[in-house]
Amino acid sequence: MDAPREIEELIELMAKLPGLGPRSARRAVLYLIRKRGLVLAPLADAMQVVAERARECLTCGNVGTSEICEICASEKRANGEICVVEEVADLWAMERAGVFAGRYHVLGGTLSALDSIGPDELGIPRLVNRVEAEGVTEVILALNATVDGQTTAHYIAEELETRCKVTSLAQGVPIGGELDYLDDGTITAALKARKSL
Amino acid sequence: MDWRDQGALLSVRKHGETSAIIEVFTAEHGRHAGVVRGGVSRKIAPILQPGAQLDVAWRARLEEHIGSFTVEPVKSRAAVLSDRTALAGLNAICALLVFALPEREPHPVLYERTQAMLDLLSTNDAWPLAYLKWELALLEELGFGLDLSECAVTGTREDLAYVSPKSGRAVSAEGAGEWADRLLPLPAELLGIGTGDPAGVLQGLATTGHFLVTRLAHSLHDKPLPEARARLIDRLKKEAP
Repeated sequence: MDAPREIEELIELMAKLPGLGPRSARRAVLYLIRKRGLVLAPLADAMQVVAERARECLTCGNVGTSEICEICASEKRANGEICVVEEVADLWAMERAGVFAGRYHVLGGTLSALDSIGPDELGIPRLVNRVEAEGVTEVILALNATVDGQTTAHYIAEELETRCKVTSLAQGVPIGGELDYLDDGTITAALKARKSL
Repeated sequence: MDWRDQGALLSVRKHGETSAIIEVFTAEHGRHAGVVRGGVSRKIAPILQPGAQLDVAWRARLEEHIGSFTVEPVKSRAAVLSDRTALAGLNAICALLVFALPEREPHPVLYERTQAMLDLLSTNDAWPLAYLKWELALLEELGFGLDLSECAVTGTREDLAYVSPKSGRAVSAEGAGEWADRLLPLPAELLGIGTGDPAGVLQGLATTGHFLVTRLAHSLHDKPLPEARARLIDRLKKEAP
Protein backbone atom coordinates (compact mmCIF):
# COMPACT_ATOMS: atom_id res chain seq x y z
CA MET A 1 0.00 0.00 0.00
CA ASP A 2 1.27 3.46 -0.90
CA ALA A 3 1.49 6.26 1.64
CA PRO A 4 -1.12 9.05 1.44
CA ARG A 5 -0.65 11.43 -1.48
CA GLU A 6 0.82 14.27 0.63
CA ILE A 7 3.45 11.98 2.11
CA GLU A 8 4.25 10.45 -1.28
CA GLU A 9 4.77 13.97 -2.60
CA LEU A 10 7.18 14.71 0.23
CA ILE A 11 9.07 11.46 -0.52
CA GLU A 12 9.32 12.40 -4.20
CA LEU A 13 10.71 15.83 -3.31
CA MET A 14 13.18 14.40 -0.81
CA ALA A 15 14.35 11.86 -3.38
CA LYS A 16 15.55 14.75 -5.56
CA LEU A 17 18.09 15.82 -2.92
CA PRO A 18 21.73 14.95 -3.59
CA GLY A 19 22.72 11.65 -2.02
CA LEU A 20 19.12 10.48 -1.60
CA GLY A 21 17.19 8.03 -3.76
CA PRO A 22 13.57 6.88 -3.43
CA ARG A 23 14.37 4.32 -0.72
CA SER A 24 16.49 6.58 1.44
CA ALA A 25 13.98 9.41 0.93
CA ARG A 26 11.23 7.09 2.22
CA ARG A 27 13.33 6.26 5.30
CA ALA A 28 14.07 9.92 5.93
CA VAL A 29 10.40 10.87 5.64
CA LEU A 30 9.37 8.08 8.00
CA TYR A 31 11.95 9.33 10.49
CA LEU A 32 10.67 12.89 10.16
CA ILE A 33 7.09 11.80 10.71
CA ARG A 34 8.04 9.83 13.81
CA LYS A 35 9.90 12.85 15.19
CA ARG A 36 7.53 15.46 13.83
CA GLY A 37 7.48 17.59 16.96
CA LEU A 38 11.20 17.45 17.49
CA VAL A 39 12.54 17.55 13.93
CA LEU A 40 9.86 17.89 11.24
CA ALA A 41 8.14 21.05 12.43
CA PRO A 42 11.36 23.00 13.16
CA LEU A 43 12.79 21.75 9.86
CA ALA A 44 9.71 22.92 7.96
CA ASP A 45 9.90 26.34 9.70
CA ALA A 46 13.61 26.68 8.93
CA MET A 47 13.07 25.70 5.29
CA GLN A 48 10.27 28.20 4.91
CA VAL A 49 12.42 31.01 6.31
CA VAL A 50 15.31 30.09 4.01
CA ALA A 51 12.97 29.77 1.01
CA GLU A 52 11.67 33.27 1.67
CA ARG A 53 14.96 34.98 2.49
CA ALA A 54 17.82 33.18 0.75
CA ARG A 55 19.42 35.11 -2.08
CA GLU A 56 22.74 35.59 -3.77
CA CYS A 57 24.87 38.53 -2.72
CA LEU A 58 24.81 41.10 -5.52
CA THR A 59 28.49 41.85 -4.98
CA CYS A 60 30.25 38.53 -4.50
CA GLY A 61 27.73 35.77 -5.32
CA ASN A 62 27.78 34.30 -1.79
CA VAL A 63 24.49 32.91 -0.47
CA GLY A 64 22.90 34.93 2.31
CA THR A 65 19.64 36.42 3.46
CA SER A 66 20.21 39.98 2.32
CA GLU A 67 21.13 41.62 -0.97
CA ILE A 68 24.65 42.27 0.29
CA CYS A 69 26.10 39.41 2.34
CA GLU A 70 27.62 39.92 5.81
CA ILE A 71 31.16 39.57 4.49
CA CYS A 72 30.73 42.24 1.82
CA ALA A 73 28.89 44.51 4.26
CA SER A 74 31.62 44.28 6.91
CA GLU A 75 34.13 47.14 6.82
CA LYS A 76 36.59 44.90 8.69
CA ARG A 77 36.80 42.63 5.63
CA ALA A 78 37.73 45.51 3.32
CA ASN A 79 41.47 44.88 3.59
CA GLY A 80 42.17 45.12 -0.14
CA GLU A 81 42.18 41.36 -0.71
CA ILE A 82 39.66 39.34 -2.72
CA CYS A 83 39.71 35.56 -2.75
CA VAL A 84 38.20 34.06 -5.92
CA VAL A 85 36.49 30.67 -5.52
CA GLU A 86 34.49 28.43 -7.87
CA GLU A 87 31.48 27.67 -5.69
CA VAL A 88 29.81 28.88 -2.49
CA ALA A 89 30.89 25.59 -0.86
CA ASP A 90 34.52 26.63 -1.46
CA LEU A 91 33.85 29.99 0.20
CA TRP A 92 32.39 28.20 3.21
CA ALA A 93 35.46 25.93 3.35
CA MET A 94 37.74 28.98 3.40
CA GLU A 95 35.64 30.58 6.13
CA ARG A 96 35.78 27.38 8.21
CA ALA A 97 39.56 27.56 8.10
CA GLY A 98 39.24 31.09 9.53
CA VAL A 99 42.55 32.32 8.11
CA PHE A 100 41.36 34.71 5.40
CA ALA A 101 40.20 38.14 6.50
CA GLY A 102 39.33 39.70 3.14
CA ARG A 103 36.34 39.47 0.83
CA TYR A 104 35.36 36.85 -1.75
CA HIS A 105 34.18 36.50 -5.32
CA VAL A 106 32.22 33.38 -6.27
CA LEU A 107 32.49 32.48 -9.98
CA GLY A 108 29.81 29.77 -9.95
CA GLY A 109 31.88 27.42 -12.16
CA THR A 110 34.88 27.35 -14.46
CA LEU A 111 35.51 28.21 -18.09
CA SER A 112 34.37 25.30 -20.22
CA ALA A 113 34.26 25.23 -23.99
CA LEU A 114 32.24 21.99 -23.95
CA ASP A 115 29.50 23.54 -21.82
CA SER A 116 29.71 26.97 -23.50
CA ILE A 117 30.70 28.68 -20.27
CA GLY A 118 32.69 31.79 -21.10
CA PRO A 119 34.06 34.72 -19.05
CA ASP A 120 30.70 36.57 -19.09
CA GLU A 121 28.79 33.60 -17.66
CA LEU A 122 31.27 33.47 -14.79
CA GLY A 123 31.00 37.17 -13.95
CA ILE A 124 34.70 37.80 -14.65
CA PRO A 125 34.02 41.33 -16.00
CA ARG A 126 32.18 42.00 -12.70
CA LEU A 127 35.29 40.88 -10.81
CA VAL A 128 37.45 43.24 -12.87
CA ASN A 129 35.06 46.10 -12.02
CA ARG A 130 35.20 45.22 -8.33
CA VAL A 131 38.98 45.28 -8.33
CA GLU A 132 38.92 48.84 -9.64
CA ALA A 133 35.94 50.08 -7.62
CA GLU A 134 37.06 48.64 -4.26
CA GLY A 135 40.73 49.53 -4.59
CA VAL A 136 41.80 45.91 -4.36
CA THR A 137 45.54 45.32 -3.98
CA GLU A 138 45.64 41.52 -4.17
CA VAL A 139 43.42 38.88 -5.75
CA ILE A 140 43.96 35.34 -4.44
CA LEU A 141 42.83 32.65 -6.88
CA ALA A 142 41.59 29.70 -4.80
CA LEU A 143 40.43 27.58 -7.72
CA ASN A 144 40.56 23.81 -7.96
CA ALA A 145 43.78 22.18 -9.18
CA THR A 146 42.03 20.76 -12.23
CA VAL A 147 42.56 21.55 -15.91
CA ASP A 148 39.37 23.66 -16.00
CA GLY A 149 40.15 25.33 -12.66
CA GLN A 150 43.67 26.30 -13.67
CA THR A 151 42.58 27.40 -17.17
CA THR A 152 40.14 29.77 -15.45
CA ALA A 153 42.83 30.91 -13.00
CA HIS A 154 45.25 31.76 -15.81
CA TYR A 155 42.52 33.63 -17.70
CA ILE A 156 41.63 35.74 -14.63
CA ALA A 157 45.30 36.36 -13.87
CA GLU A 158 45.78 37.65 -17.39
CA GLU A 159 42.83 40.03 -17.02
CA LEU A 160 43.96 41.37 -13.65
CA GLU A 161 47.74 41.31 -13.56
CA THR A 162 48.08 44.89 -14.78
CA ARG A 163 45.62 46.12 -12.16
CA CYS A 164 46.75 44.41 -8.94
CA LYS A 165 48.86 41.59 -7.49
CA VAL A 166 47.46 38.18 -8.43
CA THR A 167 48.38 35.10 -6.41
CA SER A 168 47.08 31.54 -6.23
CA LEU A 169 46.92 28.89 -3.55
CA ALA A 170 49.98 26.64 -3.33
CA GLN A 171 49.79 23.13 -4.75
CA GLY A 172 51.62 20.15 -3.33
CA VAL A 173 51.75 17.65 -0.50
CA PRO A 174 48.62 17.84 1.70
CA ILE A 175 48.89 17.84 5.51
CA GLY A 176 49.18 14.20 6.56
CA GLY A 177 50.00 13.13 3.00
CA GLU A 178 52.61 10.49 2.24
CA LEU A 179 54.80 10.85 -0.84
CA ASP A 180 54.38 7.19 -1.71
CA TYR A 181 50.67 7.73 -2.33
CA LEU A 182 50.90 10.97 -4.31
CA ASP A 183 50.44 11.08 -8.08
CA ASP A 184 53.32 12.32 -10.22
CA GLY A 185 51.52 15.60 -11.06
CA THR A 186 51.23 16.54 -7.38
CA ILE A 187 54.86 15.64 -6.73
CA THR A 188 55.92 17.76 -9.72
CA ALA A 189 53.87 20.72 -8.46
CA ALA A 190 55.24 20.28 -4.93
CA LEU A 191 58.82 20.18 -6.15
CA LYS A 192 58.31 23.31 -8.26
CA ALA A 193 56.86 25.16 -5.25
CA ARG A 194 59.54 24.02 -2.77
CA LYS A 195 60.71 26.52 -0.17
CA SER A 196 63.72 27.08 2.06
CA LEU A 197 63.50 25.83 5.63
CA MET B 1 31.44 -6.58 -25.82
CA ASP B 2 34.67 -5.54 -24.18
CA TRP B 3 38.15 -4.31 -25.00
CA ARG B 4 41.17 -2.81 -23.29
CA ASP B 5 43.41 -0.05 -24.64
CA GLN B 6 45.38 3.00 -23.63
CA GLY B 7 44.36 6.53 -24.51
CA ALA B 8 44.44 10.23 -23.76
CA LEU B 9 41.47 11.65 -21.90
CA LEU B 10 39.75 14.35 -23.95
CA SER B 11 36.72 15.39 -21.92
CA VAL B 12 34.82 14.68 -18.72
CA ARG B 13 31.20 15.42 -17.92
CA LYS B 14 29.39 14.71 -14.69
CA HIS B 15 26.70 12.06 -15.11
CA GLY B 16 24.15 11.80 -12.32
CA GLU B 17 25.44 12.23 -8.80
CA THR B 18 28.37 9.88 -8.77
CA SER B 19 29.37 8.98 -12.33
CA ALA B 20 31.12 10.73 -15.21
CA ILE B 21 30.97 10.35 -18.98
CA ILE B 22 34.45 10.53 -20.43
CA GLU B 23 35.84 10.61 -23.95
CA VAL B 24 39.23 9.05 -24.60
CA PHE B 25 41.33 9.01 -27.76
CA THR B 26 42.75 5.50 -28.13
CA ALA B 27 44.97 3.97 -30.79
CA GLU B 28 42.68 1.14 -31.82
CA HIS B 29 39.23 2.51 -31.03
CA GLY B 30 39.62 6.21 -31.85
CA ARG B 31 37.55 8.71 -29.91
CA HIS B 32 35.39 6.63 -27.64
CA ALA B 33 32.93 7.64 -24.91
CA GLY B 34 31.85 5.67 -21.87
CA VAL B 35 30.58 6.00 -18.33
CA VAL B 36 32.96 5.81 -15.38
CA ARG B 37 31.05 4.68 -12.29
CA GLY B 38 32.16 6.71 -9.29
CA GLY B 39 33.92 9.07 -11.68
CA VAL B 40 33.34 12.12 -9.49
CA SER B 41 34.59 10.44 -6.32
CA ARG B 42 37.63 11.79 -4.48
CA LYS B 43 39.58 8.75 -5.56
CA ILE B 44 38.87 8.81 -9.30
CA ALA B 45 38.16 12.49 -10.11
CA PRO B 46 41.84 13.56 -9.84
CA ILE B 47 42.75 10.89 -12.41
CA LEU B 48 40.13 12.12 -14.88
CA GLN B 49 41.83 15.31 -16.03
CA PRO B 50 41.94 16.14 -19.76
CA GLY B 51 45.25 15.13 -21.31
CA ALA B 52 45.88 12.33 -18.81
CA GLN B 53 47.06 9.04 -20.26
CA LEU B 54 44.79 6.23 -19.07
CA ASP B 55 44.60 2.48 -19.31
CA VAL B 56 40.90 1.90 -20.06
CA ALA B 57 38.77 -1.22 -20.16
CA TRP B 58 35.42 -0.74 -21.92
CA ARG B 59 32.47 -3.05 -21.49
CA ALA B 60 28.88 -2.95 -22.82
CA ARG B 61 26.15 -5.48 -23.49
CA LEU B 62 25.77 -4.31 -27.10
CA GLU B 63 28.32 -2.53 -29.26
CA GLU B 64 26.04 0.46 -29.88
CA HIS B 65 25.61 1.08 -26.13
CA ILE B 66 27.67 3.82 -24.52
CA GLY B 67 29.12 1.22 -22.15
CA SER B 68 31.25 1.74 -19.09
CA PHE B 69 34.95 2.25 -18.55
CA THR B 70 37.19 1.17 -15.75
CA VAL B 71 40.23 3.40 -15.72
CA GLU B 72 43.74 3.31 -14.36
CA PRO B 73 46.20 6.18 -14.60
CA VAL B 74 49.29 5.74 -16.75
CA LYS B 75 50.59 9.33 -16.92
CA SER B 76 48.99 12.48 -15.51
CA ARG B 77 50.48 15.33 -17.63
CA ALA B 78 49.51 17.64 -14.76
CA ALA B 79 52.85 19.42 -15.05
CA VAL B 80 51.30 21.75 -17.66
CA LEU B 81 48.81 23.16 -15.12
CA SER B 82 51.27 25.80 -13.96
CA ASP B 83 52.27 26.87 -17.48
CA ARG B 84 49.69 29.25 -18.93
CA THR B 85 50.53 28.74 -22.59
CA ALA B 86 51.15 24.99 -22.38
CA LEU B 87 47.80 24.57 -20.62
CA ALA B 88 46.15 26.55 -23.43
CA GLY B 89 47.88 24.15 -25.86
CA LEU B 90 46.56 21.11 -24.02
CA ASN B 91 43.03 22.56 -24.02
CA ALA B 92 43.25 23.33 -27.75
CA ILE B 93 44.40 19.78 -28.60
CA CYS B 94 41.68 18.10 -26.55
CA ALA B 95 38.96 20.46 -27.80
CA LEU B 96 39.98 20.07 -31.47
CA LEU B 97 40.01 16.26 -31.19
CA VAL B 98 36.54 16.25 -29.60
CA PHE B 99 35.40 18.68 -32.29
CA ALA B 100 36.90 16.92 -35.29
CA LEU B 101 37.19 13.18 -34.75
CA PRO B 102 34.30 10.92 -35.61
CA GLU B 103 33.41 8.54 -32.78
CA ARG B 104 34.87 5.05 -32.70
CA GLU B 105 37.00 5.47 -35.83
CA PRO B 106 40.65 4.54 -35.28
CA HIS B 107 43.32 7.03 -36.34
CA PRO B 108 46.54 5.35 -35.20
CA VAL B 109 48.88 7.79 -36.94
CA LEU B 110 47.17 10.82 -35.44
CA TYR B 111 47.07 9.02 -32.09
CA GLU B 112 50.85 8.60 -32.09
CA ARG B 113 51.38 12.25 -33.06
CA THR B 114 48.95 13.37 -30.36
CA GLN B 115 50.81 11.35 -27.73
CA ALA B 116 54.11 12.91 -28.73
CA MET B 117 52.52 16.37 -28.84
CA LEU B 118 50.99 16.08 -25.36
CA ASP B 119 54.32 14.90 -23.95
CA LEU B 120 56.15 17.82 -25.55
CA LEU B 121 53.93 20.41 -23.84
CA SER B 122 55.68 20.00 -20.51
CA THR B 123 59.15 19.09 -21.72
CA ASN B 124 60.10 21.31 -24.65
CA ASP B 125 59.65 25.07 -25.10
CA ALA B 126 59.56 24.67 -28.88
CA TRP B 127 56.20 22.85 -28.72
CA PRO B 128 54.24 25.59 -30.62
CA LEU B 129 56.07 24.51 -33.80
CA ALA B 130 55.12 20.88 -33.09
CA TYR B 131 51.54 22.02 -32.48
CA LEU B 132 51.44 23.69 -35.90
CA LYS B 133 52.57 20.43 -37.50
CA TRP B 134 50.02 18.54 -35.41
CA GLU B 135 47.22 20.72 -36.86
CA LEU B 136 48.52 19.93 -40.36
CA ALA B 137 48.47 16.22 -39.44
CA LEU B 138 44.90 16.57 -38.12
CA LEU B 139 43.76 18.08 -41.43
CA GLU B 140 45.63 15.39 -43.37
CA GLU B 141 44.19 12.56 -41.28
CA LEU B 142 40.64 13.76 -41.79
CA GLY B 143 41.01 14.09 -45.55
CA PHE B 144 41.65 17.82 -45.79
CA GLY B 145 45.43 17.77 -46.13
CA LEU B 146 47.36 20.60 -47.79
CA ASP B 147 49.67 19.95 -50.72
CA LEU B 148 52.77 22.01 -50.00
CA SER B 149 55.17 19.99 -52.15
CA GLU B 150 55.23 22.21 -55.25
CA CYS B 151 53.79 25.38 -56.75
CA ALA B 152 50.29 24.85 -58.13
CA VAL B 153 50.97 27.42 -60.89
CA THR B 154 54.54 26.84 -62.06
CA GLY B 155 55.31 23.39 -60.64
CA THR B 156 58.51 24.64 -59.01
CA ARG B 157 59.62 23.38 -55.59
CA GLU B 158 61.62 26.52 -54.87
CA ASP B 159 60.56 29.82 -53.37
CA LEU B 160 57.17 28.56 -52.12
CA ALA B 161 55.61 31.52 -50.31
CA TYR B 162 51.82 31.18 -50.31
CA VAL B 163 48.95 28.72 -49.99
CA SER B 164 45.88 28.94 -52.15
CA PRO B 165 42.85 29.39 -49.84
CA LYS B 166 40.71 27.41 -52.29
CA SER B 167 42.84 24.45 -53.33
CA GLY B 168 45.15 24.21 -50.29
CA ARG B 169 48.14 23.95 -52.62
CA ALA B 170 51.42 25.84 -52.33
CA VAL B 171 52.11 28.78 -54.63
CA SER B 172 55.56 30.26 -55.31
CA ALA B 173 56.23 34.01 -55.12
CA GLU B 174 56.64 34.07 -58.89
CA GLY B 175 53.46 32.05 -59.50
CA ALA B 176 51.41 34.27 -57.18
CA GLY B 177 51.97 37.41 -59.26
CA GLU B 178 49.30 40.01 -58.66
CA TRP B 179 47.19 37.49 -56.68
CA ALA B 180 49.64 37.46 -53.78
CA ASP B 181 47.45 39.58 -51.50
CA ARG B 182 44.59 37.10 -51.86
CA LEU B 183 46.70 34.09 -50.87
CA LEU B 184 47.49 32.72 -47.41
CA PRO B 185 51.02 32.95 -45.99
CA LEU B 186 53.27 29.90 -46.22
CA PRO B 187 55.98 30.40 -43.58
CA ALA B 188 59.01 28.11 -43.48
CA GLU B 189 57.56 26.60 -40.27
CA LEU B 190 54.65 25.19 -42.27
CA LEU B 191 57.05 23.61 -44.73
CA GLY B 192 58.94 21.92 -41.91
CA ILE B 193 62.14 23.88 -42.55
CA GLY B 194 61.65 26.78 -40.15
CA THR B 195 63.31 27.25 -36.78
CA GLY B 196 60.10 27.76 -34.85
CA ASP B 197 60.12 31.55 -35.03
CA PRO B 198 56.95 32.67 -33.16
CA ALA B 199 55.86 34.96 -36.02
CA GLY B 200 56.21 32.08 -38.49
CA VAL B 201 54.25 29.73 -36.23
CA LEU B 202 51.46 32.29 -35.89
CA GLN B 203 51.34 32.80 -39.66
CA GLY B 204 51.17 29.04 -40.07
CA LEU B 205 48.34 28.80 -37.56
CA ALA B 206 46.42 31.49 -39.47
CA THR B 207 46.73 29.30 -42.57
CA THR B 208 45.75 26.02 -40.86
CA GLY B 209 42.95 27.93 -39.11
CA HIS B 210 41.56 28.95 -42.49
CA PHE B 211 41.34 25.30 -43.58
CA LEU B 212 40.03 24.14 -40.21
CA VAL B 213 37.12 26.56 -40.73
CA THR B 214 36.50 26.28 -44.46
CA ARG B 215 37.05 22.54 -44.83
CA LEU B 216 36.82 20.70 -41.52
CA ALA B 217 34.20 22.85 -39.75
CA HIS B 218 32.31 23.25 -43.01
CA SER B 219 32.04 19.46 -43.30
CA LEU B 220 30.60 19.46 -39.77
CA HIS B 221 27.70 21.78 -40.72
CA ASP B 222 29.78 24.93 -40.07
CA LYS B 223 30.15 24.31 -36.36
CA PRO B 224 32.32 27.07 -34.86
CA LEU B 225 35.88 26.03 -34.00
CA PRO B 226 36.45 25.46 -30.27
CA GLU B 227 37.26 28.65 -28.38
CA ALA B 228 40.22 26.89 -26.81
CA ARG B 229 42.11 27.21 -30.10
CA ALA B 230 41.49 30.98 -30.27
CA ARG B 231 42.69 31.28 -26.66
CA LEU B 232 45.90 29.42 -27.51
CA ILE B 233 46.57 31.76 -30.44
CA ASP B 234 45.93 34.78 -28.19
CA ARG B 235 48.46 33.40 -25.72
CA LEU B 236 51.06 32.78 -28.42
CA LYS B 237 50.55 36.32 -29.76
CA LYS B 238 51.09 37.76 -26.28
CA GLU B 239 54.27 35.75 -25.84
CA ALA B 240 55.67 36.58 -29.27
CA PRO B 241 58.48 39.17 -29.07
